[in-house]
Amino acid sequence: MAKILIIAEHDGTSLNPSTAKCVACATSIDGAEIDIAVLGASIADVAAQAAELGSVARVLTVENEQNTPAVAAILAPQIVSLADGYSHVFGPSTAFGKDLMPRVSALLGVNQISDIMSVEGSHEFKRPIYAGNAVVTVKAPADHPVVATVRTASYQAAGGGNSAAVEAAGIDAELPSHTRFVELQSGASDRPDLQAAAKVVSGGRALGSEENFELIYKLADTIGAGVGSSRAAVDAGYVPPETQVGQTGQIIAPDLYMAIGISGAIQHVTGIKDAGTIVAINKDEEAPIFEIADFGLVGDLFAIVPELTEALG
Amino acid sequence: MDKILVGLKRAVDYNVRVQVRSDGSGVETDGVKMSINPFDEIALEEALQIRERGEANEVVVVSIGTSDAQQQLRTGLAMGADRAILVEAEGTPDTLSIARTFMALIERENADLVILGKQAIDDDNSQTGQVLAAIWGRPQATFASEVVFKGDTATVTREVDSGLEILEIDLPAVITVDLRLNEPRYVKLPDIMKAKKKPLDTIALTDLGVEPGPQIEETTYEPPAGRQKGIMVDDVAGLVAALKDKGLV
Repeated sequence: MAKILIIAEHDGTSLNPSTAKCVACATSIDGAEIDIAVLGASIADVAAQAAELGSVARVLTVENEQNTPAVAAILAPQIVSLADGYSHVFGPSTAFGKDLMPRVSALLGVNQISDIMSVEGSHEFKRPIYAGNAVVTVKAPADHPVVATVRTASYQAAGGGNSAAVEAAGIDAELPSHTRFVELQSGASDRPDLQAAAKVVSGGRALGSEENFELIYKLADTIGAGVGSSRAAVDAGYVPPETQVGQTGQIIAPDLYMAIGISGAIQHVTGIKDAGTIVAINKDEEAPIFEIADFGLVGDLFAIVPELTEALG
Repeated sequence: MDKILVGLKRAVDYNVRVQVRSDGSGVETDGVKMSINPFDEIALEEALQIRERGEANEVVVVSIGTSDAQQQLRTGLAMGADRAILVEAEGTPDTLSIARTFMALIERENADLVILGKQAIDDDNSQTGQVLAAIWGRPQATFASEVVFKGDTATVTREVDSGLEILEIDLPAVITVDLRLNEPRYVKLPDIMKAKKKPLDTIALTDLGVEPGPQIEETTYEPPAGRQKGIMVDDVAGLVAALKDKGLV
């Protein structure tokens, strides 16, 4: 039987939605017994949120000042201590999970499976490669724990309504002091987080400047959307890097994705192809983004976007 | 510091749109342009800049794979690396094998810093740096967009989902690089000529005594599920109507 430990991602107050998506992935393994590990400094609130997630049996908490903010080198040995007796250890394929989980896999002496997009069996999964140009089925050995990251865009968050047991876990691990958190510089914005946003408005190089990106922000704020971007827009300095969507940025699956002035290179498209509805606005009718868009509009974004913002306001 | 190791993976070129073979046995790589994994070029550029600032003495580029990877190592030498090591291996070694190979080279070379790309654009795994740091028992600073050295520590700015995170790490350490760290230099013809004279050593993976990890078997490959091309609307009114119809706005 599969016994699955999911490593919670959180900011000390709120559980990141990526955790509920890992739970959804875990529940697609037959007969899975699912526990969530929450590591942090003061984590009662986060643990309570984790305990509400459907299908979760137990929430294991590890409270330690050193666990906040999360540093992979400090969390990994504790997770190894917690992982004893589990057949699977899952984390999200967000920056947090991508940093942490391979370190866990190495300490457990196994190769990690990155970006599970579907479960084919308890040890068999599908994952995207080559920027999503191919999907490979992988089989992990049954006599070792499976350490994996879950491609969060492939899963709908597990529902709530549960009240799983919350238990403080005893761990036996030596924590390194060689890695020290200094600070997090976040572009403080009231807009929804890209990973959690139901709607995302993204701008590309065609915006032409940081100032012109105001058009994107205004449209996003009008419909309560998060703001994304293409790599070209980030490279040009119009928007900060955390907005980048695609193979090397964030992989997202909002209900509505609006690509404005984005041509639709495969590296970008791989980050959005699980979106519910894709809208493309581009002056080039040959732009590849139109091949995957549900609704396409050819024209000058500098005329269209203000008009659209007005119409939706 | 004295020595920096940089990993250069030979990967299908960034501009190639790979196709899955019709029998599902893999992706078509015959006759496809191969290049240095773009993130690895950024890793090398960073190492070269560190050396040029006088903060390191030597930059050694490493590739693990078939003898074809000599081509990427030569490019790395032309960019300015001092030496190259090819660890010859059959097939596609697993991540633990790769990391243990780097570990063996760290010991052999007495390296102070390993700089790698944050992911390879073929398998998109994003694992090697973290796995290497774990088995080395040293810090990892992944997805770096700025690296500053001060004595035996480095301050690394990391690109994370909520913004930029700054870590201070003790050396030796592993750094994996993100896109915005630098702009890799272009190779000039005289550098290519000069690179031919630089040392490129070949070691067999089997001679390093590296134990592979438990193998993850790749069974079948398939093209991704496509999205249907939708409809074109004529104007903003048409778009708004379509979105309202779906209950999205």
